[in-house]
Amino acid sequence: MPLLSAFFIRTGLIYLALGFTFGGLMLFNKGVPVMPAAWSLLPAHIELLLIGWTIQLILGVAFWILPRFSHAPARGKEGLAWISYYMINAGIWVDIFSPLSHDLPWLPLFGRLLEVGSALVFALYAWPRIKATGV
Amino acid sequence: MPALTRWFIKSAMIFFVAAMAVRLLQSINTFGVASPFISALGPIYFHMFLVGWVTQLIFGVVFWMFPKYSSENPRRSERLGWITFWLINIGLGLRVISEPIISLQPGTFWGWVLALSALLQWLAGLGFVINTWGRVKVK
Repeated sequence: MPLLSAFFIRTGLIYLALGFTFGGLMLFNKGVPVMPAAWSLLPAHIELLLIGWTIQLILGVAFWILPRFSHAPARGKEGLAWISYYMINAGIWVDIFSPLSHDLPWLPLFGRLLEVGSALVFALYAWPRIKATGV
Repeated sequence: MPALTRWFIKSAMIFFVAAMAVRLLQSINTFGVASPFISALGPIYFHMFLVGWVTQLIFGVVFWMFPKYSSENPRRSERLGWITFWLINIGLGLRVISEPIISLQPGTFWGWVLALSALLQWLAGLGFVINTWGRVKVK
């Protein structure tokens, strides 16, 4: 698979491990309440598994298997897809840590803005690759 | 497709149907058939859908379609793959049984069953990551 797909998927695997760890801690605590603070991990658990893992897996596989162009560069404007990778990961971390920064109320908005930007940039990148074979 | 992928996908299909059935039950509950047990099924529906269906479908397809690890062990460790399968299914199954019960009767034996289900699902996640990591490689 191409380098960017490996980056998307391996980063996603790290988030999967983190997300399952947070979820496991919360569920354990629901059964045997030993650390009430575990519930504060819920937003990070959702962010890591939904955006960090599932979406990045999809983006990585899409970059890998969508039809390529018959002319160089075969995968089109790869730079755009790299920008999307950096934006989504920056957005994930801003979103995870924003609940801790009470004096920066605009931080969650900034995180979501990075994620929307990432989605838009990836859509612009992938749009021409959604085509009939051989074109 | 490999046997493990078939097991993952068929189990995913069962959880998909079960999740939809729980969702149906929840909507029936709004028609005045108020049951605290059904009301406690909210987290179960989400996790049967997202872990039982979506995650298992992903695990099965990744095990099948990702690049070969090596010519001797194309899918890395089949054994770890099967361990992952049983951990996630037993773990999620225990959650489906114990979570609604402890919502109604907290502090019972079922709390420990739920804690065990958390441990099993966490180990399944780690097992999948370990087995897949080496198959994500640049060509």
